[in-house]
Amino acid sequence: MGVLGSIGQRARHVAGWFTQPLLPDDLLGTLNPMWSRREPHARVVGVRRETADTTTLLLQPGPSHPEHVAGQFVGVGLRIDGVWQWRTYSVTSAPGDRLLAVTVTALPGGTVSGALAHRTPVGALLRIGPPAGEFVLPNPVPEKLLFLTAGSGITPVMSMLRDLAGRSESLSGAVLVHCDRTPADLVFGPELRALAAATGLTLIERHTALEGRLTPETLTDVVPDWTARQTWACGPTAMLDALTEHWARAGDPDALHLERFVPPTPVADGLTGGRVSFTTSGISADAGPGTPLMAAGEAAGALLPNGCRMGICHTCVGKLRSGAIRNLHTGDLTDTPGLAVRTCVSGAAGDVEIEL
Amino acid sequence: MPPTPITFSPQIKPSAAAHLTAEQVEALGAELDAIRAEVMDSRGEADAAYIHKVIAVQRGLEMAGRGALLFSRFPPAFVAGTLALAVAKILDNMEIGHNVLHGQWDWMRDPRIHSTTWEWDHTTPAEAWKKTHNYEHHTFTNVRGKDRDLGYSIMRITPEQDWRPVDLIQPLTNVGLSLIFEWGITLYDLEFDRVQEGTKTKAELQADLKVLWRKLRRQLAKDYLLFPALSGPNFLRTALANLTANVIRNVWSHAVIFCGHFPDGTETFEEDRLEGETKGEWYVRQMLGSANLTGSPLFHIMTGNLSHQIEHHLFPDMPSNRYAEIAPRIREICDRYGLTYTAGSLPKQYGKVVRTICRLAFPGGGKKKGAPVTALPVQTGPARPVNGAPVRLAG
Repeated sequence: MGVLGSIGQRARHVAGWFTQPLLPDDLLGTLNPMWSRREPHARVVGVRRETADTTTLLLQPGPSHPEHVAGQFVGVGLRIDGVWQWRTYSVTSAPGDRLLAVTVTALPGGTVSGALAHRTPVGALLRIGPPAGEFVLPNPVPEKLLFLTAGSGITPVMSMLRDLAGRSESLSGAVLVHCDRTPADLVFGPELRALAAATGLTLIERHTALEGRLTPETLTDVVPDWTARQTWACGPTAMLDALTEHWARAGDPDALHLERFVPPTPVADGLTGGRVSFTTSGISADAGPGTPLMAAGEAAGALLPNGCRMGICHTCVGKLRSGAIRNLHTGDLTDTPGLAVRTCVSGAAGDVEIEL
Repeated sequence: MPPTPITFSPQIKPSAAAHLTAEQVEALGAELDAIRAEVMDSRGEADAAYIHKVIAVQRGLEMAGRGALLFSRFPPAFVAGTLALAVAKILDNMEIGHNVLHGQWDWMRDPRIHSTTWEWDHTTPAEAWKKTHNYEHHTFTNVRGKDRDLGYSIMRITPEQDWRPVDLIQPLTNVGLSLIFEWGITLYDLEFDRVQEGTKTKAELQADLKVLWRKLRRQLAKDYLLFPALSGPNFLRTALANLTANVIRNVWSHAVIFCGHFPDGTETFEEDRLEGETKGEWYVRQMLGSANLTGSPLFHIMTGNLSHQIEHHLFPDMPSNRYAEIAPRIREICDRYGLTYTAGSLPKQYGKVVRTICRLAFPGGGKKKGAPVTALPVQTGPARPVNGAPVRLAG
């Protein structure tokens, strides 16, 4: 294992004088990609076919991979035809499990999801980003829980359920309404049924091919006390939009927590924009308010490192040399020179220089 | 750096492409664009595997070489270690560094093998190199007065450059430059000549020097202090081995690079050519200004595929492992359009470069012996290139 890794940063600094112009991490990564901290990898150690189009990949991440919180997602990078492609997937294993699981549904025409679900053998190396996402349960866990999921929307909730069951948190009284086309489409079906039998979780399976979609009206029929519950919902955009509207009208909007599987939209206020200079490329561009630095640079002809383009994979990071940037998702300002910033989710707050 | 800036005598002469009509030049450009698109669209796993392999081999050789040199007291370890390290440095600078810094591998979206993040085992910082090389040299290739690579601002490499007495010693300058080529490039990238000229400020120079020093001290410490110290009583031998490896890399890269643009058959251009230059004309200039080296696949890798200088200058950001595949097609295009495709073995081409350098150490040298000359009045005094004579660089 990474001897250098355990000696710590000081040793890495000293070792850097010997590995110049490379970093010690570059050499470790050449010897074994799993040893790299700068480019964390995970090895596929198990593949479980869940349904015809859905596969769970059991991953062994490197030692530096931070633990996720149940409900969070990770960026997963896969080299296809020589190009690193990044997508995000909810972690389906519980925090503390020996292996990290992601469950991937092959989308029609999806090159990355198809490759991950059907053509990723045991032993394959993937890149993996740090866990992220706000779709998590608070601590302490609310007493009356309601989970509303559809299709692959079950994935973040699966991690929560496994986590709660493993920590002997009470699931009795909790309700999970899950929608899928047919019983055969339900990912984790047998495990969910067993979990319901063992913990007292109320599992309501809805098969939309027969019963139609879940609507706010039918919700009251299946979960009469939904207004008294804290709700975590994940599924197609149309369903989440309908739920949002319904909670705003008839319930408490603060009691509804959503995971949309799409990049959050940039925050609207306090964005200034400015001129961004990529010092290594020698290219400058005007970045309008809300425009990611990367997009501005690319529009001006810079071929910048990029990956997921949504702040997950950290492929696009460059050092901030001068000026301030604003995180387009949170609105946070950063003006510490030397800090690595993600150009795909950072906008200019005045003129900035990025070492890329 | 020389105190006197290099000047050029005005010349009017036809290019080797003078017989092409504007339509032909554009048709040629379209053919080259098509080849480029075809190769760029087919970049894939095999290419990615190639560069990863070269990088792994380079790092393996470097670690093995430096490992062996810990025991540099033993002659076999000294020789094997020095050679392994020299090859590693050559691969690092040429097939990997030069090409990664051109952005040839940026398409892989790998932040570790990317032109904006790469640093190489060379005293000049990657950033400085990219400016003088990628932009200035590749955009203004062989344009006199614009391409500072022509003679590297210290030698008279084309007869159109005015002769100065200091040029008399340029055969020696060339040998010296060959031995310290890495340092030559480092000084060259600082652009002292532009500071004198007034087109670069003292403050800019100071900023560059600061960046250079940050890198330089690490480069020097590694080769001449840290690894020698690691080898304990073999300190001096290891330092000598590292110096030798650096010099081998210098001599090799100098030879390859000088063969890229300066042998007979390559052409230099007037600055006014740049005005309104079309893509097709740009391609023609790149082809006529460059020369290839012939050799085995291993030879091509060791030259960083700069042996395919013509292909590289046409498509600087195409992955270097693909140049060999398009070379026959480029040659065929050159033949079809009646353009020179200059190629030869390294000894032959380098011999021509040395001959040119020796000839141009003396005034004149613009007229190639035996070349057709138009019937203009013969000039007296130092031989000057005759208007209308074909452009040849040899003396």
